[in-house]
Amino acid sequence: MSAFSHFSYWVTIFLMIGGLYIVIARGNLIKKLVGLAIFQTSVYLLYIAPGKLIGGTAPIIDGRHLLYSNPLPHVLILTAIVVGVATLALGLGLAVRIREAYGTIEEDEIADQNRATEREEPDA
Amino acid sequence: MRHYLVLRVVAKLLIPFMLVFALYVQFHGDYGPGGGFQAGVIAAAAVVLYAIIFGLPTARKAIPDWLVETMLAAGVLLYAGVGVAGILLGGNYLDYFVLGATPVDGQHRGIFWVEMGVGITVFGVMLKIFYMFAGRGREPDPE
Amino acid sequence: MAFAVVAIALQRNLFAVVILSGIYSFLMATVLVALDAVDVGMTEASVGAGISTVLLLGALYLCGGEEAKPMRRPALPLALSVIIGATLVYGTLGLPVFSDPDAPIHQHVAKRYIEQGAKETGVPNIVTAVLASYRGYDTLGEAMVVFTAGAGVITLLRRRRRPRGEGK
Repeated sequence: MSAFSHFSYWVTIFLMIGGLYIVIARGNLIKKLVGLAIFQTSVYLLYIAPGKLIGGTAPIIDGRHLLYSNPLPHVLILTAIVVGVATLALGLGLAVRIREAYGTIEEDEIADQNRATEREEPDA
Repeated sequence: MRHYLVLRVVAKLLIPFMLVFALYVQFHGDYGPGGGFQAGVIAAAAVVLYAIIFGLPTARKAIPDWLVETMLAAGVLLYAGVGVAGILLGGNYLDYFVLGATPVDGQHRGIFWVEMGVGITVFGVMLKIFYMFAGRGREPDPE
Repeated sequence: MAFAVVAIALQRNLFAVVILSGIYSFLMATVLVALDAVDVGMTEASVGAGISTVLLLGALYLCGGEEAKPMRRPALPLALSVIIGATLVYGTLGLPVFSDPDAPIHQHVAKRYIEQGAKETGVPNIVTAVLASYRGYDTLGEAMVVFTAGAGVITLLRRRRRPRGEGK
């Protein structure tokens, strides 16, 4: 097994881990959303890389080519990209509202404020 | 930003081309890369550029809010409507075979309308989200 | 792309993070086109590098803050990420080799779509044919997801207030 044969998977995993690290290790909400977007793009790569055939071409039928790359992952990922941007838009809307309610978008400061209000007025 | 002459001139040159390219991508989605999603996003990007350079109220006058919200819903309704048309003409829901003279013709027509609906919805949503983000003022910190 | 990701993780100025994410999206779109996914590359370039950057900048303007605080204990998440990564790498050793024509992904349905798609639907772009015809229900659901996202953002940000000093 040469190093090149599974290279695409390792790139995907590196990007996935990078995105995951940004989501769990950074407190700023907007940075978390960017990390989530990176995670999503790594998943696109995870689906499309196995579909590629070396020597093939884009899956648009014309008479000159005989070998096409697999079109099925492309369809799924097209949907996934648009859903991803929808998620990003909603997440950013939430972040803006949180900023207006708490005055900050840092996760630990929000938790501190929540704890402070809990101490003053515990839920009945 | 309307005081920067270079930006204004370049934007005025580019925006029609961007819109035409968006239409090209929409209608040539059958023969080349493209389709509804890309076309909607590119058209929305063109209008966003217009709003950035010439100001949000100007863009709001050119493409008013009610139009954007109508387009949001109209695209999805168009898609669902194609499905219902399939039922009315004798097939199952979203059956394209019955829409035209021959099955292949029906497929082509069905795909065209469906991609149109998707393009309209995506354009409306992206533009609406931009309007909402850009139209909201920055709030002072609660003391 | 790896450099962009590491830079995003370490960078504290949020504006730079947004620009770096745009660069990352463009690089990803290039890689996708190199992998013969032209539709997906075009969508990723326009959506990821275009609309996402615009939305992030809009949110950044509204949220005001520009600096992220340093994490107190970066050791634990880093170790967790590395362990997960190592497990995934071990898992992928059993997967098919890159560009293997006998991989299961190329059997069954994909063959039928490629061979008969253009004839049955009259549309040479197989991705569009599959998206709009063979898997039309999924696209209907996706159009509804996009619509719901728009409705959600409208609900979240409904009261629009004018920024003070707006004199356009």
